[in-house]
This record gives sequence, structure tokens and C-alpha cells, in this order.
Amino acid sequence: MANEAFEPKLVGFLCNWCSYTGADLAGTARMTYAPNIRIIRVMCSGRVDPQFVLKAFIEGADGVLISGCHPGDCHYQEGNYNALRRHRLLSKMLEQFGIERERFRLEWVSAAEGVKFQQICDEFTEQIKKLGPLNLNGGKDEHREA
Amino acid sequence: MNNDKKIKLTINDKPIEVEEGITILQAAKMLDIDIPTLCYHPLLEPYAACRVCVVERKIGENSDLVTSCNTKVQEGMVIYTDSENATKARRLNVELLMAQAPAAEPVQQIAKELGIEKTRFEIEDPNEKCILCGLCVRTCEQIVGAEAISFIERGKNRTVSPPFGEPSEACIGCTACAYFCPTEAITVEDLYGRKVIHNELNLGPSTAILVPIRQAVPMVPVIDEEACIHFKTGECKICEKVCEKEAINYEMEDEEIEIEVGSIILASGFKPFDATRIPAYGYGRLNNVITGLEFERLNNASGPTDGKILLANGEEPKAVGIVHCVGSRDKNYNEYCSRVCCMYSLKFAHLIKEKTNAEIYDFYIDMRCFGKGYEEFYHRLLEEGTKFIRGCVSEVTDLALTEQEEGKLIIHVEDTLLGIVRRIPVDMVILATGLEPGLDQNEIAKIFNISCSQDTFFLERHPKLAPVSTFSDGIFLAGTCQSPKDIPDTVAQAGAAASEALALADKGTFELEPITAEIDEELCAGCQLCIGLCPFTAITYNKEKGISEINDALCKGCGTCVSACPSGASQQKHFRDSQIFAEIEGIFIE
Repeated sequence: MANEAFEPKLVGFLCNWCSYTGADLAGTARMTYAPNIRIIRVMCSGRVDPQFVLKAFIEGADGVLISGCHPGDCHYQEGNYNALRRHRLLSKMLEQFGIERERFRLEWVSAAEGVKFQQICDEFTEQIKKLGPLNLNGGKDEHREA
Repeated sequence: MNNDKKIKLTINDKPIEVEEGITILQAAKMLDIDIPTLCYHPLLEPYAACRVCVVERKIGENSDLVTSCNTKVQEGMVIYTDSENATKARRLNVELLMAQAPAAEPVQQIAKELGIEKTRFEIEDPNEKCILCGLCVRTCEQIVGAEAISFIERGKNRTVSPPFGEPSEACIGCTACAYFCPTEAITVEDLYGRKVIHNELNLGPSTAILVPIRQAVPMVPVIDEEACIHFKTGECKICEKVCEKEAINYEMEDEEIEIEVGSIILASGFKPFDATRIPAYGYGRLNNVITGLEFERLNNASGPTDGKILLANGEEPKAVGIVHCVGSRDKNYNEYCSRVCCMYSLKFAHLIKEKTNAEIYDFYIDMRCFGKGYEEFYHRLLEEGTKFIRGCVSEVTDLALTEQEEGKLIIHVEDTLLGIVRRIPVDMVILATGLEPGLDQNEIAKIFNISCSQDTFFLERHPKLAPVSTFSDGIFLAGTCQSPKDIPDTVAQAGAAASEALALADKGTFELEPITAEIDEELCAGCQLCIGLCPFTAITYNKEKGISEINDALCKGCGTCVSACPSGASQQKHFRDSQIFAEIEGIFIE
């Protein structure tokens, strides 16, 4: 079956201070996790413009992750709270476009939580595998079938 | 009292002129005439209970006997402190006290000085120590202000007691009564009502006014408000009375001082592992089970035993067990190695060998002698005859199975090199407790906007390239707040942190982040949405131009305003929308 071979493409927007360092820790500690996620570093999760998420889905992402510092730990004081609010609103909007809520995740990963980052990547990949590919154009997107 | 008025009197034919209002005892002291006392204390009102200070007062041809502690001097007084009459009366009084309290040491002392061997009176209780001098009662009333004890009953049933002979709520447990008791009739152990593990090892403050540590800077005593009687009852103030320099100030309060600085070095240190968390090792429950820090105190020349290594009963140990990795390298407590315990345990073994003839057993998991000269020291210990047993100690117990183990502490351990379980009887067990992050580590991290690693030690910016920096500019780390480390490593890191801080100050200029946001004047519609979002108040509205403007010095480059800008006027350098879009596109190129 096509689904068995399906390897989802995930985009992660990680804040520089906590989550990116956490992902770096997972790397330096030689932890293995699903290779499906591609990471884009931003200075703060508050920098993630909803357009980035939409752009990622349009370009062919099957899931998007935003990860920032734990509440209260933001390097810029409150950027992660802005990210939280935007995530809520954008999730509602994505559902109306037919993009399942599960495809757009917000997580808090601190610089010490390499293990948590590993778990999130594995879990998210697994979840999207179950959901299957995102067919934004009603399954008519031919180059994705290849 | 009129202090100007002088009074002339003679004591033992020596004339003296003194101020009005003082007692015969005080006047005698000025002449270096010794009058024995038991119930007198200079800080308390005289009570004349023991009547040992009795002296003869001549009035013309006649004379009478008065207690010198509470009789005020009078003009023309003639006093004899050791005349026949006075001595006779004193001897009688002492003999009566000897019958009342045969076990009281100071009474026996005075009796010896007066040449009394035995009392003529009947002894009721040979173990009685209380001479009913009332020092304790007066202390509690006049100094402590608690009034928790007083005399009860009369005549031969008279005794000191709290109300109804039961522990009193008025008692604040200050133990001042025991301190003032001249005959040790009241003892501290009774008052604490708890088991004292190692009598000598009182590591806490011994008094309420104290120099906190021997190396304190500035080297001045402070008052421990928690322990000070004055802050409990409003009385006491003994320290104020005895301080000649009048340096005691009860009004002084903690101050918060604000200092403007350019950089901060965090060196908040560690917390020693609490050995009571491993009940199987018996710390706090078994005598002679002590932690590494307590051993340091015991071994210190200025310590409670003057540096002698002694057991709780005052004897020298014949066998000592040192248990490594207490609270370290253990998934139940801390997974990490505390780094210092192996070496300090070896040091202890060496010192015990030097000072005693004890057999020393070192129980280790792995020997971690990682530093310069450390491995050599380990080999020296091996040659000295310290017995190293590889294995994790499972239990320390005082339950003897054989006669040999009777009265000993038995260390139960699996010797992994021999592959057998052993029981080793020793007299003293030293637990090499590890290092733990400070209690308020997370709070400090929040204040300085830095991170903690998984074990809650502070996280450095980069483990190899920036080991003293943090994610906050100008905040540096030194010592065990970052990870467990020994003194050489701490000194090295502290030096690095200091020079990092100096490098910032020396430059005189500050490098701004290149990633600040900027606003395109052409695109900005002046909606001011960004102004409310900026956590650093870096954006202001320019009314003349009708646009928002960013102050480069204040902007930290988070980009929150950029993602909110509806017209795309606000852009973050190096993180422009177009750049990130390009990144996203790049990801999906097959």
C-alpha cells in the first residue's frame, strides 16, 4: 500500500534560545529520532508569522510544528504567549481549509529537553503517518504522488 | 540613684570609697576580696537564697550577719568577710546546702575551700543537684521574659517547675535556665527532648549572636533573629549589656541595595545531598554515621574535638568505613557523578590513617581520580593499606549477627570483585555525599533569564565554545552552580568568567545584535499594532511622519512585531519574510 511507504514531510519552526538548543542537545547527545522534520530557526516563536505556516502547507508540508520556550521562560519575555494566541486562531482557520488540527502543533521545549524534542518528533511523525498525506488540492496534486 | 555621692566604708580593715547604691559584694570585688557566691549573677537582681556570701557587719560593739549580695553599702560601714562569726555562719549554710544537694559540684567545691568534709545533716537524695538558688527562675523572668518556671511547694518540698509540672507553652525553649544553672541541675538534653546524634557535632549556630562563618567578610557578629530571645519576648538584651563598645543594635534591618552593573557573574554554588534521603544508610538515626562535611568539621583543628577523630562516646575509632557515591550515580537520586567525592574520600582515608590506627574501608563504584596528581594519590593510598572494596553499599545497620559485630556499625555490601556479599563491622561510617543544585536554582534562572539543564544546574551557552557564558548577554557562570566541580576547576572557571566580564567592560562599547527589526517608512501605515506587542518598548510612534520607529539600542530582535505587521513594513534583519519563505521553499526541493 502507498500509505506504508508514506514518509511525511514536517516543518519545524524552533526558537533560537530553547527549542533550537534543545534540538541541538538531542543532536550532540546522538539521540535518534524520525528524520522527517526540517527545522527552520527563528529567534523567537513569536516571530512565526501565520503566513509561514500557510506557506509550508502550500509548499507540501504534511505537518507543521512550532516550538518555543516554556511559558514564563521566553528569552524575549512574552514572545511565546503571542505564538500561543496565533496558534489557537490559526488552528481554527486551518480546519476550515480542510487541514486537520493535528497537523499543526505547538510545543514547549526547553534547552535541556533533548529527550522531549526526540519524543515530539517521533510522536508527530507517527501521528501524521496515520493521518496520511495532506491533499490540499483534493488529491489532484500529481507531483506529490511520485 | 545619685551616682555623685561617695560612701566611705572599710572591708577587712581596708578603707574604700565607693558610689552610693552598690552592694557590699561589689565593693569587696573592687578591693579584690573574694566572697564565695552561688546564687549571685551580675546580670540578675540579687536574691540571697544560698546565703554563702554572708559577712559580718560591725555596729559599734555589736555585730550582725548580712548577705553581701543584696545589702547596699552605707556610710561608715565596717565589714569583715572572713571573721570567725562570718565563717562559722557560712560553714553552717554550706553544710545545709550539702545536705540539700549532695551532687552539686560547686557546693562541694566551696565546702572543700572551707575545709568541710562532711555535712552533719541528713541527706535525703544523694543525686539531688538543685540548691534552690532561683537563678533559673530569675533568668526566665528577668532576662528571657517568658516566666515559664517558678518555685512550687514550700519547705522541704520546694522545687523548681513549670506550671502543674507539665511542659509549658510559655517556654520558648531557649535553654537560658540551663545555661545559668550553677550546679547543672537543669541540662540541655532534657530540654530539647530529642535525641542528639553526635554530641560534639553541632554544626549549626551555637548562639543567637554569632559570626556566621570563620571566614566571614566583614568579620563582625550578627544576630540570628530566629534564635534570639530578644526577638521572641522583647527581653534579654544581655549582649547589649556586656558590649563595652555599645555596638549592639536591635533596630538594624535587612537592607536591599540596588547597584547598577554592566555584567553579572553567577556563583550561587551547590547544596550538599541530604543523606537522610537514603534511610538504609542510617544517617540521623545511627550514632557515628556522619557526612563528609561533618567529618571535615570533626577533623578541623578548630572543630569540636580540636581536630581529633573521635566517636560520639569520645573514643578513637578502630575501623572506619567510607561510602562513596552517596546520592550520586544513582537513578533514584542523581544520575550524574558529583566529581569531588572520590578525591575527598581518599583525603579522609589518608587523614584518618595519619591521625589514628584505624582500619579504613573505602566502598566505591568506580574510582574517579581524573585530575592532575589524583591517580598518584590513589596509588599512595593503596600502598598505605586502605582497603578498597568495589561495590555499592546496600545497608548500614547496628543489628549484630555475631559477637564480633556487637556494638559496631555493620556495612552490608556486595564485593563485586570477589563476587560475594560481605558484612564489615566498623565504628564510624562517613557518607561521601554528592553535590546537588541549589534549592532556588530555577528562581535564579528566571530572574536572570537563563536556562537550567536537565539536572537543574545552570546551562552554559555552549558546552565547549562558551562554557562560562549564558543565553543572556553579560551574565556569566562560575563554579558549582553550573555543574559539580572541584576547587581547581571552579577557580579556573571563575577566572574565565571574570575576564569575560572585564572584556565587556574594557571595550567601552557594546555590540548590538545585528538581527534587530527595522520599519520601512514607505510601507508603514502607522497602525501602531507593533507598539503594543514589543516587550522592550523599542517602538515609538512618530506623529509627524505618521509611522512607527524602532530604537536599535532597545530592540533585542525577537521579531514579534514583524510577524504581526499587516503591511509587511516591519522586517527583521537576517530573518526577513522573504528569507524565511525562501527557506521553506528550499526545504521542499527534491
